[in-house]
Amino acid sequence: MTAMTMAKALNTGLRRAMEQDSKVILFGEDIGRLGGVFRITDGLQKDFGEHRVMDAPLAESGIVGAAVGLAMRGYRPVVEIQFDGFVYPAFDQIVSQVAKMHRRTEGTVRMPIVIRIPYGGGIGAVEHHSESPEAYFAHTAGLRVLTPGDPQAAFVTIQQAIACDDPVVYFEPKRRYWDKGDVDEGLDARDRQRVPDPWQARVVKAGDDVTVACYGPMVRTCLEAARASSDASLEVIDLQSLSPLDIETLVASVERTGRLVVVHEASANVGIGAEIAARVTERCFYSLEAPVLRVTGFDIPYPASRLEEHFLPDLDRVLDAVDRAMAY
Amino acid sequence: MSDGIRAGAAIQLLSPEGERVSNTHYDISLGDAELRDLYRDMVLVRRIDTEATALQRQGELGLWASSLGQEAAQVGSARCLRPGDFAFPTYREHGVTWSRGIKPLEFLAMFRGVTNGGWDPIERGCAIYTIVIGNQALHGAGYAMGIQLDDSDDAVIAYFGDGATDEGDVNEAFVFGSVFNAPVVFFCQNNQWAISQPRERRSRAPIHERAAGFGFPGVLVDGNDILAVMAVTREALDRARTGGGPTLVEAYTYRMAAHTTSDDPTRYRRAEELEIWRLRDPIERLKVFLARQGIADRHYFDQIEQEADELAVHVRDGVRSMPEPEATSMFDHVYAESHTLLEEQRRHLHEYEASFVPGGSA
Repeated sequence: MTAMTMAKALNTGLRRAMEQDSKVILFGEDIGRLGGVFRITDGLQKDFGEHRVMDAPLAESGIVGAAVGLAMRGYRPVVEIQFDGFVYPAFDQIVSQVAKMHRRTEGTVRMPIVIRIPYGGGIGAVEHHSESPEAYFAHTAGLRVLTPGDPQAAFVTIQQAIACDDPVVYFEPKRRYWDKGDVDEGLDARDRQRVPDPWQARVVKAGDDVTVACYGPMVRTCLEAARASSDASLEVIDLQSLSPLDIETLVASVERTGRLVVVHEASANVGIGAEIAARVTERCFYSLEAPVLRVTGFDIPYPASRLEEHFLPDLDRVLDAVDRAMAY
Repeated sequence: MSDGIRAGAAIQLLSPEGERVSNTHYDISLGDAELRDLYRDMVLVRRIDTEATALQRQGELGLWASSLGQEAAQVGSARCLRPGDFAFPTYREHGVTWSRGIKPLEFLAMFRGVTNGGWDPIERGCAIYTIVIGNQALHGAGYAMGIQLDDSDDAVIAYFGDGATDEGDVNEAFVFGSVFNAPVVFFCQNNQWAISQPRERRSRAPIHERAAGFGFPGVLVDGNDILAVMAVTREALDRARTGGGPTLVEAYTYRMAAHTTSDDPTRYRRAEELEIWRLRDPIERLKVFLARQGIADRHYFDQIEQEADELAVHVRDGVRSMPEPEATSMFDHVYAESHTLLEEQRRHLHEYEASFVPGGSA
């Protein structure tokens, strides 16, 4: 085990994937000499060359559209979108082409593309740099959506996303880039016996009274809430895969606890939490002691950074929802 | 804006009257058999188009995007491709798909509504039709970047219309193609109309002149002259193969029919315009040339007409007898590896539909 930041874990995972498969190429703005604005690709161009770590022109639709062509030629492009709020110019290519190509070609053309997007707030950034657009992509059939909750998950799942024959939109919780955690570098991400299925939710802390479902940046927040909770025992589940959703793991937990709180930074309206509430209610109607509650960002454009602490779910808001669930 | 043909600005090797024209830079020398074959391809593609339009009127196709009048631009350019090359068509390039060996019933299947694709793009070296305007230009640029990484001398041709040059994707494709010096030919069929909007709404400058701003050559060619189209495309492909980077070809042509069968062009364009372009018909001019040169005679033309008639029957019967897809097939290939929630929906649909007993009462 090595203690490393999530940024380093992603960098190490990318390096491992590139060593194992010469078809893996990286493509994005400022990812070469600069190593990306968050340094996730630091040193990779130096070691793998300009042909495999390519700086792209400043055009997101172009980056993703070119990746479609590269994938058709047999490559496995890993593209970086610099910030969450800049993915929208590529939305057309992602939902109309990347997501649908395999279906439209009746399985003859695969799209093994990974679209890496740093997302979420909490870093005091200017606007368009703190958004959580994951629901747009989870809503789109043909895409898979992953987001790691800690450095170990980041190290493994970035490799699994690259090895996946389906397109994966990979959301990196940017405010957790610098959080450290133990990473087992000796783990071979291809070893299905030893490595967890990336599409399965993980119970990151067991508990009895309330199930707290979260992902990405909120995993740490919810673990802290679980530690701080004196009255109720919380079971924290890191969803990790936002599409497809692993409902079975949630159902198994809620059938025991009878209560579910879903936590995400993204706005509530028609979000991941709404989908989970609907599905879990359908499956666990007779087990539920309280309605499924959501702790989310509000239904407003992401606020100016001086206000973000009021917008983002934190430990207290999670515990407030836990109290409400317990009081039913 | 001036008419590129009348102004003599477009490369031309065969006049609308079927006379060979010389050009200081471009020329092409084709054998008699190949010339006859070009004629045959254009006639057959036009007949498929005629039949498809009729089939749509009869309710057998949901929609049809006619290629009428653009046969020389499409057949001529696609003829220059090698098997290892890759074409990225729009939804109107029936002459391109035909030339890549894709069968009419394969490219009619999408318009029938039995599939969203129709063929294996990798096997045929031709992407499926792209409906979102301009998306495929970027795929072409990216595919060409892949060719470069492979150190291969394959090349790409990416098709789009004058309307698509408004789109960001096409302009981004020019940027990517240019800065990576990718082996791609951007082939724009300027058919003068983007549904109801004339080309004046595209740009104040001629389309091919845009290439200069992106740092690669742009060529204006008479898109209804198959010999000129081939000469220009061949040179552009050679440039791409030999490390010369992209070329923008503007094939000046005309959309003789409606945008699609859902459109009514009488609302926005004058009939006289069609008359001007009817005199520039791509098939007629090659026919006159072949006859005058003694390369083909009436017997040959009759034989091609007969082949077209037979093809029309094949298309009509084939479209009508296309098997209806199974309802649950809509779940196939959504993912390379499906997942539980999707399979539950597939099972649900299957069981729900099976629960209706034919002829039973509610």
